[in-house]
Amino acid sequence: MSTPESAPDSTPDEPEDAVAGADAVETTDAVDTTDAVDVAEAEAEEGGKGAPPLVELTDVSKFYGNIKALEGVSLEVHAGEITCVLGDNGAGKSTLIKIIAGLHRHDEGRFAIEGEPARLSSPREALDRGIATVYQDLAVVPLMPVWRNFFLGSEPTKGAGPFKRLDVRLMRETTRAELLRMGIDLRDVDQPIGTLSGGERQCVAIARAVYFGAKVLVLDEPTAALGVKQSGVVLKYVAAARDAGLGVVLITHNPHHAYLVGDRFVLLKRGAMAGRHTKREIALEELTRQMAGGSELEQLSHELARAPEPGHLGGHPTH
Amino acid sequence: MSTADTTVKSTGPKNGGPDERLVHRSPARRLMSRPELGAVVGAAAVFLFFSFAADTFLRASSLSTVLYASSTIGIMAVPVALLMIGGEFDLSAGVMVVSSALVSSMFSYQMTANVWVGVGVSLLVTLAIGVFNGFLLTRTKLPSFIITLGTFFMLTGLNLGFTKLIGGTVSTKSIADMEGFDSARTLFASHLSVGGVDIQVTILWWIGLVALATWILLRTRAGNWIFAVGGGSDAARAVGVPVTKTKIGLYMGVALAAWISGQHLLFSYDAIQSGDGVGNEFLYIIAAAVGGCLMTGGYGSAIGAAVGAFIFGMASKGIVYAQWNPDWYKFFLGAMLLLATLLNAWVRKRAEATK
Repeated sequence: MSTPESAPDSTPDEPEDAVAGADAVETTDAVDTTDAVDVAEAEAEEGGKGAPPLVELTDVSKFYGNIKALEGVSLEVHAGEITCVLGDNGAGKSTLIKIIAGLHRHDEGRFAIEGEPARLSSPREALDRGIATVYQDLAVVPLMPVWRNFFLGSEPTKGAGPFKRLDVRLMRETTRAELLRMGIDLRDVDQPIGTLSGGERQCVAIARAVYFGAKVLVLDEPTAALGVKQSGVVLKYVAAARDAGLGVVLITHNPHHAYLVGDRFVLLKRGAMAGRHTKREIALEELTRQMAGGSELEQLSHELARAPEPGHLGGHPTH
Repeated sequence: MSTADTTVKSTGPKNGGPDERLVHRSPARRLMSRPELGAVVGAAAVFLFFSFAADTFLRASSLSTVLYASSTIGIMAVPVALLMIGGEFDLSAGVMVVSSALVSSMFSYQMTANVWVGVGVSLLVTLAIGVFNGFLLTRTKLPSFIITLGTFFMLTGLNLGFTKLIGGTVSTKSIADMEGFDSARTLFASHLSVGGVDIQVTILWWIGLVALATWILLRTRAGNWIFAVGGGSDAARAVGVPVTKTKIGLYMGVALAAWISGQHLLFSYDAIQSGDGVGNEFLYIIAAAVGGCLMTGGYGSAIGAAVGAFIFGMASKGIVYAQWNPDWYKFFLGAMLLLATLLNAWVRKRAEATK
């Protein structure tokens, strides 16, 4: 296996070069975080006059039998912005995703796509309305080649009648080109996608959603199972998708990752909304504190503090 | 971590030309990664073995008999392989063949209709059984092993029960003198003479089905979906693949082949033993597995299943030509299944490790 450094036109390791290929650099580097914040501010000033949010949830609730899985949650997703949903295990993050992705329907409240009230009946319908969801563990089919995975469910065909067939050449070339555009330089699009690393698989799934014209990208804990380096790689592609004009919903329980890329933050706790902030209103420390449970954390630190050894546990038995 | 590094770092856009990081893989290495390899090696070994062990094995007439035996297994092994790639089993496939023949024969006989009417009714009934299997599977989400084991026993019972109820005996009456029998026999059970050698029409059906299945698997959307539902049905559903339809379609494919096999059975003998077919489902599954289909789904090929069927065609007839006790065939089946599956696993591991 040769390394990219051996390539004739490569430059030595520099972070910027690691981001993307030459044609992707324009978009990735020109629009950095501050620009994105400007966009958010501009939209905030426009208020009601501007385009409606791509996805807007208002006081949405979901019940499973007599269990409240989600209660009174509101969030909005704008084009070119990242909305982060933060919460601990069991906070209702997956339920929220499933409503947006079309797997479940909400029971109360309002769910609007581009201003129109919506009730999605299947993931397919969500896809048709421009909402693509990338799940952490089930984003791809491991044994299938990368190019077959890339087009899975939306394969281009040519020919008519019984001779209608997959446009294999187009599929391979597009897969390679689109991944390169996202900054993934793949060795071989024919390799089973299971041979890629976890981060790369996430990135293929993101590139796929971008290519198929998704307007809203829902990412379910994209960095949860990844190491530090790979998480960074995935976050770069999340930012690249944002810069391509998509609205992104990033579900995570890592406030550090969320704060790096997020424009808006929604905190969930035990199925209810515990806070809703824009990046300007909240600092990382506060976000982390709220995320970690705030006062609960203080209480926990008390409980965990070394207490003087109680007599009945320590010491020698007295008999 | 190093994998992420090597792929993320881009060296700028490349205009065509092979990637310099792609290690050139020799054609032999490429061949190694094909799912059919284990079966092809096995087929060559079995062929050589019987060429030496049985003097008459290499005669044209013997080879034609071997091909015929292979085709009767192969016609069913093809859709069973597709089903296995789709991640499911069908234990009812063996008796379904006989059910299909029985329906065709009894309907024509009882209604004194043209046999083609019976053939048509049989097609509908057999496809309905396939839909039943697929529908029950996708609805209940029970393992296909249980569902089709259920239909296997139900069909076995129905075959015997109905035949006795209607005809009084365990076999159907001959329909050889009925209208349309000759034309139906031409389609399902005739043989052509090519250069003095008999070629059974089932061999043509077999080749046709293998070609069709290969086309579907590799070059159509449905084929992509078959691999996907077998390799990761949740992921497939999440990107919009119609998982339920794909699986029901696969069971209908098995039913279609069972119909072809059933009609062949009927028109080559003109009467049917209602207790036949039990156990044949394992032949089809073994042929597909030997041909490189993964038991867990998501990987395999129709050509591999054809080669698997050819191995068992050679073995079943080769043992006769070598004048051995045919009982050894069963032992051979089991041993071949184990060897081929081990070989396949080993080859796949090697092929992927040295990518």
